[in-house]
Amino acid sequence: MKAVILHYPGTNRERDMQAALKLITGSEAELVWHKETEIPDADLIVLPGGFSFGDYLRSGAIAARSPVMADLVRKAAAGVPILGVCNGFQTLVEAGLLPGALMRNKNLKFVCKDVHLRIDNATTRFTSKYDSGAVLRCPIAHADGNYFADTETLDRLDGENRVVFRYCDEAGAATEAANPNGSQRNIAGIINERGTVLGMMPHPEDLVEPLHGGTDCRGLFESILAAA
Amino acid sequence: MKARIIITLKNGVLDPQGKAIEGALGALGFAGVDSVRQGKVIDVDLSDMPQADAEAELQAMCRKLLANPVIEDYSIELTAR
Repeated sequence: MKAVILHYPGTNRERDMQAALKLITGSEAELVWHKETEIPDADLIVLPGGFSFGDYLRSGAIAARSPVMADLVRKAAAGVPILGVCNGFQTLVEAGLLPGALMRNKNLKFVCKDVHLRIDNATTRFTSKYDSGAVLRCPIAHADGNYFADTETLDRLDGENRVVFRYCDEAGAATEAANPNGSQRNIAGIINERGTVLGMMPHPEDLVEPLHGGTDCRGLFESILAAA
Repeated sequence: MKARIIITLKNGVLDPQGKAIEGALGALGFAGVDSVRQGKVIDVDLSDMPQADAEAELQAMCRKLLANPVIEDYSIELTAR
């Protein structure tokens, strides 16, 4: 399986993503700098976490207008699988590849802790190795993870089963207390209509080996490998 | 020529930063503050061009980058010809 990872000035999670991909899929993910106008052919394109362009203007806003994005949009239209994590998710929504917006966390704090996620769609190429309704532990680390979209968009996402991950408690209930950032409907990750572009605020690459203190998120990478 | 662009959150979008500022004003003893919402000002210096062109350029800048249409409104003031 061949994976590439886009990176920008301020990106800082690309190596952890490389490590997770190498560990589980065996692929040596190639890093692609934001000034490249062509992304190599790949089975997966990842937009990793970090603070691209210092989060200036809005998180992911400037990254979403960088030279590499034109080819990313073309690849998305061609159905190449794309995974956006944290700043990557912010970049995908700014680029219009996913709907909605990621705003400042409701409590105005940078939240850095483990949360629980419920898999609300286990049929996607990113979650097929999980059971529907499975609850995973996953770390988050963000200040602008508050997912917002208008009611019509939220209803459409729910109606089309495009909310893939929801913040929940250990028992799987998507309560307000389990919501770390105020996201509408506890949305932690969504997928596009075609099922090929996934954006999520939590960091799955952070919980894939025993040294991380857990392996709950291996399944995401195993699913990606199985679909490649 | 100079332009001032004001970007604000759309009505209905929660503004916790505005709320925090409101709270701080209250703590400082300012009474009667019913609501605070925080926005952004972006000042753009443009080389001279016909006003209509400048307005069109600035509209495009707002649509394409400066404002996020999902959550933000914008207004443009041209302050010099």
